[in-house]
Amino acid sequence: MSEVKTEQVEGLKLTEDMFQRIGKDEKDYDKIVRPSLTYWADAWRRLKENKLAIMSLIILIVVVVMAFIGPLMRPWAYDDQDFTAINKAPDSVHWFGTDDLGRDIFVRCWDGAKISLFVALISTIINVTIGVVYGGISGYVGGRTDLIMMRIIEIIYSIPVLLWVILLMVVLGQGLGTIILAISITGWGGMARIVRGQVLQLKQMEFVLAAQTLGADTSRIILKHLIPNAMGPIIINLTFQVPGAIFTEAMLSYIGLGIPEPTASWGTLAEKGTKMLLIHPYQLLYPALLISITMLAFNILGDGLRDSLDPRLRQ
Amino acid sequence: MAEDKNTLLVARDLKKYFDIGRGQVVKAVDGISFSIKEGETLGLVGESGCGKSTVGRTIVGLYDATDGEVIFDGMNVGELDKKEKKHFTRKAQMIFQDPYASLNPRMTITDIIGEGIDIHELYEGKERQKRIYDLLEVVGLSREHASRFPHEFSGGQRQRIGIARALAIEPRFIVCDEPISALDVSIQAQVVNLLEDLQDDLGLTYLFIAHDLSMVKHISDRIAVMYLGAMVELADSHDLYEQPLHPYTQALLSAVPIPDPDIEKSRQRIILEGDVPSPINPPPGCKFQGRCKYVQPICREVAPEFKEKGKNHFVACHVVK
Amino acid sequence: MEKLNKDKLLLEVKDLHVSFDTYAGEVKAVRGVNFHVNRGETLAIVGESGCGKSVTAQTIMQLIPMPPGKIKKGSIIFDGNDLAKYSDKKMESVRGKEISMVFQDPMTSLNPTMKVGKQIMEGLIKHQKMSKEEAKKRAVEMLKLVGLPTPEKRAEQYPHEFSGGMRQRAMIAIALACNPKLLIADEPTTALDVTIQAQIIELMKDLQIKLDTAIILITHDLGVVAKISDRIAVMYAGVIVESGTSNEIFYKPKHPYTWGLLKSVPRLDLERKERLLPIYGTPPDLFSPPAGCPFAARCDYAMKICKEKYPQKFGITDTHHVHCWLQHEMAPEVKHPLAEGGTN
Repeated sequence: MSEVKTEQVEGLKLTEDMFQRIGKDEKDYDKIVRPSLTYWADAWRRLKENKLAIMSLIILIVVVVMAFIGPLMRPWAYDDQDFTAINKAPDSVHWFGTDDLGRDIFVRCWDGAKISLFVALISTIINVTIGVVYGGISGYVGGRTDLIMMRIIEIIYSIPVLLWVILLMVVLGQGLGTIILAISITGWGGMARIVRGQVLQLKQMEFVLAAQTLGADTSRIILKHLIPNAMGPIIINLTFQVPGAIFTEAMLSYIGLGIPEPTASWGTLAEKGTKMLLIHPYQLLYPALLISITMLAFNILGDGLRDSLDPRLRQ
Repeated sequence: MAEDKNTLLVARDLKKYFDIGRGQVVKAVDGISFSIKEGETLGLVGESGCGKSTVGRTIVGLYDATDGEVIFDGMNVGELDKKEKKHFTRKAQMIFQDPYASLNPRMTITDIIGEGIDIHELYEGKERQKRIYDLLEVVGLSREHASRFPHEFSGGQRQRIGIARALAIEPRFIVCDEPISALDVSIQAQVVNLLEDLQDDLGLTYLFIAHDLSMVKHISDRIAVMYLGAMVELADSHDLYEQPLHPYTQALLSAVPIPDPDIEKSRQRIILEGDVPSPINPPPGCKFQGRCKYVQPICREVAPEFKEKGKNHFVACHVVK
Repeated sequence: MEKLNKDKLLLEVKDLHVSFDTYAGEVKAVRGVNFHVNRGETLAIVGESGCGKSVTAQTIMQLIPMPPGKIKKGSIIFDGNDLAKYSDKKMESVRGKEISMVFQDPMTSLNPTMKVGKQIMEGLIKHQKMSKEEAKKRAVEMLKLVGLPTPEKRAEQYPHEFSGGMRQRAMIAIALACNPKLLIADEPTTALDVTIQAQIIELMKDLQIKLDTAIILITHDLGVVAKISDRIAVMYAGVIVESGTSNEIFYKPKHPYTWGLLKSVPRLDLERKERLLPIYGTPPDLFSPPAGCPFAARCDYAMKICKEKYPQKFGITDTHHVHCWLQHEMAPEVKHPLAEGGTN
C-alpha cells in the first residue's frame, strides 16, 4: 500500500476540482452544535425522566388544590355539626364519614390540609430566609464571626423542640402562631449550615475571585454569584423541610400541644381518630393516609430533585 | 533595582503568610522584590506551591500583603480606600487558571463579560451589548455565543471568554495566572497569540505566571524564578535560558521536554532529588539547600541575598560568583 | 502494510467504535480505531482532550460506565482473547494482573484510608495468591523499585503523607506489582510539575527495560513522548489520523494536524520567532461529527474533497500510515512547514 491506488473510492468518483485547496473554515471551527440548555432546563429534563418524582409532584399539586376546593365540594363547614349523623361510616353523603360531634371528615381533612400546609409554608419561608442570610454571612465573612455564628446554632439545637414549644406556649399561649414560631426557631439551623458549607466552597472558586478583581462589592458577590450557585442544595433542603414541618405540626397536635378545637389540622384529626380507632377506624384512616402520602411525596420529590440538581451528577 | 519613570508596578519585600491555625503559618511568599515596566511581560515561573499565584493575587489586591508593599502607578495598593480601590481594579485585572471554575456557571456569556461594565457603570443598554459583541470578536468568538452558558464551551473558548471579561474595563495591567496550564498544547498557542496581539494593540503590561518554561520563554521579556516563596533568579528571558546561574533554574530548564527524539535521547537531565519542602516550616538559610548539589555550609545558615551578578541578571545564591 | 508478528503481538484493537448516550443524542467518542502494541514496546497515543484517547484506553480495561457508554463495534484482542466480549467478572482477572492502568490524578486514584503498602499488597494477594508476608515483602520491593527512599517506612504511610510525585510513583508500584504484560498510562505526568514529570518519565523508561512491560502512553503533549515512545498514534475526533514510528512522526509527519501539534509549541532549544502557529478553532463535537475529514474545518490545507469524504488510509512506509487526502496523487504538492527551517 505504498502508492495511491484508486480513482474510485467507495462509489465516489474523484475529480481534479475536488482537490482544490479551500483552507480552514473560520465560520465553522468554533461552532457549537448542541442545543443550548440552561441549568434549570437541564434539571427539569432530568426530573421529567424520574417517573416517581413526577408522580409525587402531581400528588402534591392535587393535595394543594384539594385543600382549597375540597371544603367547597360539600355543603358543610369544618365546624358544622349534624347531630343526626354522628360517627357515621363513609357513604355517598359523608364521603369520609363523620366524627363524634357529627362533623364531616372529608371537609375537615381538606380544611386541615390547608392549616397544615399553611404552617409548613410559613415556617419554611421563615427558615429559608433566616437560614440563607445567616449561613451566607457566616460562610462569606468566615473567621471568628463564622465560629461564633455556628456555635449559636449549636446552642439552639441542643434544646429539644418539645421544650421550645412548651416554653413558647407558656409565654404566648396555644395557637397557630406558637407552632409556626417553634418550628421556625428549631428549623433554620439546618438550612444555615447547608448554605454556609456551599458558600465556603464557592467563595474559593475562581469566578468569585474574578468578580472581586473586577471590583464587585459584597452584596453583588453574594446575590449574583454565591446564592444562584447554591440554589440547588437550597431547593433540595427546602423540599425536606416542608414535610418536616408538617410532621412536627402533626406530632405537636397529636400530643395535645397543637391547634385548639374546633380548628382542624391533620394532627388534631389524627389525634381524635386514634381515640375512636377500635370502634370507628375510618376516622383515623383518612387523616393518617393524607399525612403519609404527602410526606412520602415530598421525600420522593426531594430525592428526585437532588438527583437532577446535583452538579456532580451532570454529564 | 532600578526604577525609571516607565515602571508601572513595584513590589518591595512582599510577604504573604497564611495562618492555618494551631500557631502554624504558611509562608507562601517570603520577601520578594521586583518591578514591571509599562508594556513589558514579566514571566514568573516555579513549581506548584512555590507561591507564584499568591504573588499574583496579592498584587491585584485579592489578598492583603502581610508585609512589604506593592506600588502600582504611584499608588500603594495596600493603602487604598474603597473608592480608590475600585479605581485600581479598573487598571489591574486578572486571568485565571481553571477555565472550568473561572466562569460562573449560572450566568450567560453576555453577563459574564458585562459584569465589569456593570460594576463600573461604563455602558448601558444597546451600547453595553455592542461592547460585549465587540469584545467577543476581539477574542475570536462570535455574537452567536453571547447568549450561551459556560458549560457549552471548550477549555480554550472559555479561557478566551475570561480574557474578554478582563478586557471589558480596559485595564492597563493584567496578571495572567497560569492561563494555559489547563489547556491542550494545540490550544495553548491560540491563547498566547491572543495575549500577544492584545499587548501590541492596547499596550498592555503582563505578569505571566506559569510552570511551563517553554511558553514563558516565548512570551516574556524578563523572567523571574521562584522557589518556596523566595525569588531565586531574575533575568532577561534570553539570558536566563542561555546562562541560568541558580542551580534550581538549571534543573528546571533541563527538565523541560523537547519534542525531538534524537535530542531527547542524548540529553543529560539534572534530576532533582526529593521534593519541595513544606512552606510551613521552611529550612533556615537558602530554601533550596536540601536539594542542591552545590550546597555549602553557609547555605544552611544564611539566606543568600538577591544580588545583581550580571547585567540585569539577579540571583540569590551563595555559590554563584 | 506491516506484517504483524504473531509472537510479538500483545494487543490488537480492530475497528473499535464506542458511543455514549446523552440527552442530546449519541456521542460517538471513538469511531473506528485500529492499532496494535507489541510486547515490551511503548505506543504513545497523542491527541487533545475529547479526541477519544482516554475512552479508548478505558474501553480496553472495560472501565467505561455502561450505560451510557457502549462498545458498538470492533474487537480488542489481548494475548489471543477478545476483551470486548469479556464479562465484568472475567475482566477482574485481567485488570491489575494482565493489564494495569495509571491515571492522571495521583490525588484521587489512591485510596486515602488505606496504607500505601496495603494497597500494593491487595492485588498481589488477589492475583498471585501470595501470603501476607510475601506480599508485604514484595510491596516494599516495589516501592524501592519506583525510587522511593526508605520504602519500609513509606509502606506504612497513608497517601496524604506523600507528595504528588511520590503518589504517582506509588501508583506505578501498584500497577506493576503483579508484573502485568501491559501498562496503560493515561496522562501520567499532566498533573505534575516539570521537574517531577521528568522523574516519572525516566522511571517508566527504566522500569520498562527492567520488567519488559509494554506501555500505552496517553498524552496531549508530544514533547513528553519524544524520549520514551517507540511508536506514536495521533488521534483526532475519535479516529487515528496518523501513526508511525517515533522518528517518522517527529521528523516526517504527513498529517496537517500532526504538523499543528508540533509547531504550536515553542521549543526551548530554538530561538524565539515572532509568532506561534496555533491550530485555530475547536475540535468538532462528536455528537454530530462532520461527514468528511474531522480536521477539515481547522486545516489550512483543506480541499473540497476533505469536506465530503473521510480520507482513506495512505501508507507512506510499512510502519507509517496517514488518513489525509493530501497524499492522493491528484492533490496539490504541499511541503510540510516543519521542513522549512524547523519549528517556529
